[in-house]
Amino acid sequence: MCAPNQVNKIIISKPGEVKDHTHDHHHDHEHEHHHHHDHSHTDSHGRVIELGQDIMQFNDLGAARNRGYFDAKELKAFNLVSSPGSGKTSILEKTLADLKDEISFYVIEGDQQTMNDANRIDALNIPVSQINTGALCHLESDMVYEAVKSLNPAPKSVLMIENVGNLVCPAKFNLGEDYRIVIVSTTEGDDKPIKYPDMFEGSQVCIINKTDLLPYLNFDMEKAKDYARRINPSIIFFEVSATTGAGMEKWYDWLKEAAGNSNM
Amino acid sequence: MHELSIAMGIVELAEKEAAKAGGKEIEIIELEIGKLSGVEMEALDFAWPVATKDTMLANAVRKVHNPSGRARCMECNYEFDIDNLYDSCPKCNSYFKDIYMGKELRIKSIVIKE
Repeated sequence: MCAPNQVNKIIISKPGEVKDHTHDHHHDHEHEHHHHHDHSHTDSHGRVIELGQDIMQFNDLGAARNRGYFDAKELKAFNLVSSPGSGKTSILEKTLADLKDEISFYVIEGDQQTMNDANRIDALNIPVSQINTGALCHLESDMVYEAVKSLNPAPKSVLMIENVGNLVCPAKFNLGEDYRIVIVSTTEGDDKPIKYPDMFEGSQVCIINKTDLLPYLNFDMEKAKDYARRINPSIIFFEVSATTGAGMEKWYDWLKEAAGNSNM
Repeated sequence: MHELSIAMGIVELAEKEAAKAGGKEIEIIELEIGKLSGVEMEALDFAWPVATKDTMLANAVRKVHNPSGRARCMECNYEFDIDNLYDSCPKCNSYFKDIYMGKELRIKSIVIKE
């Protein structure tokens, strides 16, 4: 949950860094002070200004800036989203370990607290920046901009952004990524897609993790896919087990192609 | 609850536009928040006082329109009311649809005091 705290401290740091680079994440307000009690109430009545402007532009403009940065460096960016505990970090870890000789990876980890995930990635000798969002339940485009600048990725590399574990809030916040990948696991129930439809609507890929546990669960794979397709008929599925490695090859093939395709 | 971020986005945008027009205070703000926009009105109501405190919107009257969902079937062109992102075309049952209304997240207008 997001605490009602107007100035939330966002911390962006790399493993081993002593001093945290912090930045206050607040949408800047002009703090003009009004004295509502001393109005004469005769001077004016208000002037109407028609706006018709999109509220999400505070994030979408930053996403466009990120896209410009990614394009200039010919980076491919992937935004990984899921509920907590569906195995995002495990899939990412395994993917990085298996493909790091073929692809130059950079990673941004988003969590409310701790460096734990960044430390797991750092152990693979892959450059990583951890964003601690504090009370916020999702990454926003300006945080990703700060983090990617601190990583200063080499041209033509791949940026994996692991969002905060949350199947609701990150859906509204474009980070400028080329692809959004939603991960669900067989332990979550096959009706996840229709319970959290927004996340499936805007994702191009759905990874279904923990297939090794299928014999012990009542998870109906076809039903889960059918539900997701009702929201997004063109979504692509990969059934994997990050633990056993089953199904990972197909995901790797897709990722390698998506990472190499410069026209997306 | 991403509604706090959204409320702060509203404040940022409204204050910028009000200042541009020479406004000192915003008396009324009119919002369009579609029923399929992914924004919970209850959560927005909760976040609103926090986000608007000490801003030009601190005392603003908020008028909110919640347009209902409308979609066009991409198979048979039928237009229909849609309550959920996973609804199919009531005529041909296709899930390929273009939702053209109900996802609005807009500031329609503000009324400023100069």
